[in-house]
Amino acid sequence: MEQVRGRLFVTVAGFGGLLLLTLVTAPLLGTTSISLARAFDRAMPFADNPDAQIFFVARLPRIMAAALVGGSLALAGAIFQALLRNPLATPDTLGVSSGAALGAMLAIAFHFDFAVAGLSSVSLSSLAGAIGALAIVYMLATARRRGLSTTVLLLAGVTMTAFFSALTLFVQYMSDFADTFRAVRWLMGALDVGSYAPLLAALPLTAIAFAMVAGLPRPLDLISLGADAAAARGVNVQQAERLALVSASLLTGAAVSISGPVAFVGLVVPHIVRLVVGSDHRLVLPASALFGATFLIGCDLVARTMFAPIELPVGIVTAIIGGPFFLWLLVRRT
Amino acid sequence: MLHAIEVSFAYRNGGPAVVDGVSLAINRGDLVGLLGPNGSGKTTILKLLGGMLRPRDGSIAFEGRRLADWPRREAARKIAYVPQETYAPFDFSVMEIVLMGRFPHLGPFALEGPADLAVAHEALEATGMSAFALRPFHTLSGGEKQRVVIASALAQQPELLLLDEPTASLDVGHQLEVQQLLSRLNAAGRVAMVLSTHDLNFAASLCRRLILVRGGRVLASGPTAEVLTPAAVRSLYDVEADVHMHERTGHLMVTPIARI
Repeated sequence: MEQVRGRLFVTVAGFGGLLLLTLVTAPLLGTTSISLARAFDRAMPFADNPDAQIFFVARLPRIMAAALVGGSLALAGAIFQALLRNPLATPDTLGVSSGAALGAMLAIAFHFDFAVAGLSSVSLSSLAGAIGALAIVYMLATARRRGLSTTVLLLAGVTMTAFFSALTLFVQYMSDFADTFRAVRWLMGALDVGSYAPLLAALPLTAIAFAMVAGLPRPLDLISLGADAAAARGVNVQQAERLALVSASLLTGAAVSISGPVAFVGLVVPHIVRLVVGSDHRLVLPASALFGATFLIGCDLVARTMFAPIELPVGIVTAIIGGPFFLWLLVRRT
Repeated sequence: MLHAIEVSFAYRNGGPAVVDGVSLAINRGDLVGLLGPNGSGKTTILKLLGGMLRPRDGSIAFEGRRLADWPRREAARKIAYVPQETYAPFDFSVMEIVLMGRFPHLGPFALEGPADLAVAHEALEATGMSAFALRPFHTLSGGEKQRVVIASALAQQPELLLLDEPTASLDVGHQLEVQQLLSRLNAAGRVAMVLSTHDLNFAASLCRRLILVRGGRVLASGPTAEVLTPAAVRSLYDVEADVHMHERTGHLMVTPIARI
């Protein structure tokens, strides 16, 4: 039996290499072909260099956004699946995404007009919505003295999703046509960020979440077999569950504030990864983050080029790929 | 090694006491059966003894130190717990499940080394599951799963093993297997065991001591032959029963006659 040290090295090297390859290739691919040499040509002023403009303004921030959003959502999905002991859980399961959507809808409908550190009012409001939703779920889950109840969490999440969606629809119904159109476009999930500011703003949250996740993989392995059994093996179950809940929600909130809700990445990627590396979360979590980034860059490449000159919102592409996969998964499980 | 003094517990603040003033002592190498009707508090007592629940009143001391004061992982190197049933939502192999028993020795960041693999193999051997090491856990039968989870608990290298109804939902053949396994482990490794069970004959043939629990209170405790009487069965289950010595096994046999 191969030891986990070797498998971890191969996993990170493999998925890391794949991501690196994608990161290098994707900015060169698109409807306009550009030359890397000219994009990096320092002799030409930036304003007169269309290759550099396409590379650094149109494509690179978009690809970095895809990497950050894809990696965050996939990691959040893998954590939620372990925490809820349910392979069908997604970053949306606990209502964080729908809370973010409500926040964005309110910002659009009421024309919130502020921007902080390069973040638009829509991004900030969606982040506030995500954190608000997390706070409610967290309070519900910890109201009882003995830690989180998986059932309570799941039911609360489903209920909150329905509740927030109804509020979003209500606000949408009451607002005018142009606002509704903007909101619908936001809800499709898109990566055309146009600058690095939203990424830089989301980065600290993502970094905090990654730091919180660092010690979680092994406790999540044990918790997936039952909280009591994990506690009896020396896992601080309550602490691990809270860290998992907060970190996965932060990742989801940060991702949604950049791109809007991008469907299915958080569900599909951990499952693809498990087919390759097995179920050990010390492998699943890093591989999910790396492959989630790769997967979304790939989906966005399809979205950018498939129906050129139209650029599809990436959420449509992930759902078209993710939907059938999800059904296949359901059938395979039963 | 483990002393519980006047321990009480309720799942809700101000709720009814599920465990009510229980005192008991477990000694090194002990093999103790916890008997009682459904809802009598057997599982709760096991979880209290394992430190998974904290007593509301009273105290539990392990090796002379309050159990609540033991760092979790340190305690888990001494006390292991086997739940009644284990469901794996992900596709873990048998070996992966057993290696999870090494957590208290490694913590969240260390990876298993050759020494840990050796301990896991030894545990699989002790439970007769070596041939299953690479099989997916969820494809095993109930009896095989139970033995794997016991192997995982053994990989903790505990001095005390707590088992919650280890033979529930097993057929008579697998029951005998688990019985022989526990008896062998107890004799060989000097691992003390406390197990809860509904199966009086299983308890009678395996356990040296019995603790009878009803309504969260201890009705009686002592050597199996002294405690397991028709009167005890009646007060425990409201059942009229014959208790006699079985000649071929040399163990007590309980035959229920009628509900009172």
